[in-house]
Amino acid sequence: MTTLAELATVVRSKNAGPYEITFDVLFDDPAVYARVRDSGVLTVARLAELYRAPESDIRICTFFEPALAFKFTILRRGFQGGPGERDTFGAAQHAPLLDIPIPD
Amino acid sequence: MSETRILTPTGMLGYGYPHADFRATVEAGVDAIVVDSGSTDPGPSMLGLGDTLVTEESYARDLRPMLRAVHEFGVPLLIGSAGGAGTNAQVDGMVELIDRLAAEEGVVLRVAAVYADVPADVVHDRLHLVQPNPRGEVPTAADVDACTAIVAQMGAEPFAAILAGPDPVDVIVAGRAYDPAPYAAFLERRGVDAGVAWHVGKILECGGACAEPKGGGVLATVRADSFDLTPMSPGQACTPLSVAAHTLYEKSRPDLLPGPAGMLDLRDCTYTALDDRTVRVAGSRHEPAERATVKLEGAAVVGHRCVFIGGVRDPLLIGQLDEFLTRVEAHAGELHPELAAGDATVTFHVYGRDAVMGEREPNRDTPHEVGILGEIVAPTPALAKAICASVRIGVLHLSYPGQKATAGNLALPLNPLDNPIGPACVFALFHVIDAEGLDLFPVVHRKVGA
Repeated sequence: MTTLAELATVVRSKNAGPYEITFDVLFDDPAVYARVRDSGVLTVARLAELYRAPESDIRICTFFEPALAFKFTILRRGFQGGPGERDTFGAAQHAPLLDIPIPD
Repeated sequence: MSETRILTPTGMLGYGYPHADFRATVEAGVDAIVVDSGSTDPGPSMLGLGDTLVTEESYARDLRPMLRAVHEFGVPLLIGSAGGAGTNAQVDGMVELIDRLAAEEGVVLRVAAVYADVPADVVHDRLHLVQPNPRGEVPTAADVDACTAIVAQMGAEPFAAILAGPDPVDVIVAGRAYDPAPYAAFLERRGVDAGVAWHVGKILECGGACAEPKGGGVLATVRADSFDLTPMSPGQACTPLSVAAHTLYEKSRPDLLPGPAGMLDLRDCTYTALDDRTVRVAGSRHEPAERATVKLEGAAVVGHRCVFIGGVRDPLLIGQLDEFLTRVEAHAGELHPELAAGDATVTFHVYGRDAVMGEREPNRDTPHEVGILGEIVAPTPALAKAICASVRIGVLHLSYPGQKATAGNLALPLNPLDNPIGPACVFALFHVIDAEGLDLFPVVHRKVGA
């Protein structure tokens, strides 16, 4: 068992406009990319559970071969930069992904 | 086949870039310099309050080498979303700065200013034609009236009209613009396929974000059906992976990217290394939209913020922090009816526990120390400060079950203890609206400098 952090070269989050935060997981080896993709671990259900969000909040959840990447996008709560904002740029929401175990 | 070379020296005007590498690239020959100056990422305050993204001196430092290149080599400079939010005032501020810098150099420059402010009545007239945002929300008439500023994201048309017009132009200073728009306008005019033109813009507007290591600038060498990307600085490389990965950045999905003119389809793109630092991209397609649309951005002031910050180290309190903070807020609500009525709000950001992710934080372990940022928003600065003091005093002195430390609960690092930080804004409008028949984006030509 290996964590996603050990397999990916980039794990990041960022605003995609003021209503969504998008997450990118990038790999530098096609075999590792295929291993993670084929593990079936990165699903809408798993990500919704991890982020304590309803599945309907996860708008995109897809692998993207040209960039050896996995991407998902989640709805933001509240107003970006408004009262109660927690992460204006949305760039610090990725950490829970790092520890996701990927089967060997 | 003829090629067009477009240079973007930095992903954001004012963030700085290596001037020697810029100069060397310009001397080797470029057809246009394009730079983006705006973003909504830093939040709504720039639009709502008119603040610029960086200081005038930072803009001046970045502009001087570009304006010299414009004058010496006759290369046009296209600036989008001037000043951060791209309001009329920010466009005028940028033109005034260029006037001053041109005068310092003793040169005359022909500037076209494009304005993007939208009068509220234009929005009211089309409110029934607004598309819901990704959360399914549509703005009300009250939302529109609450906006202190509304801008529309221009597409390629205003840039294209200026470039094709009778008045020669050295510099275009545009208000709020869809970031890739100036690139698409310049390239389509030179016979480049729309898919290629928009894709170039999509990548170059972020400067060297598509390179490894990221940062600095990028040169695009463009022909009718493909383009090559080379970092401006020798120590960087564009690779097939770095370029493909960049198309993911800040976008909801990686393959279909909607814009004002239609849909950019990257599903069949190929990324090929030409050498160890240049990548060729081909296969980009663009499907034109059936109807003209434009994205509106409007910011409203929703109150005034006052904050305090402090730390808690006592495990007896940390173990019951949520119940305690709920009591603190209720206690403050007894002193300030505006808080109890919901006209003012308190948010506790508990650092060390879940300040970054809030309810989405999966780790619920109990920390040994937490920082508390108390954020109060109220209708007036005076009320925000009064509530802030009451809440801070509550956190400091209210008792809790099992309390041993009866002298105080909160370690306060700052003095003054309660700190007003100005108006709080939100994007009350961030919606796509039908633009058929709308006449937005007026242009003013002027000569500046000497």
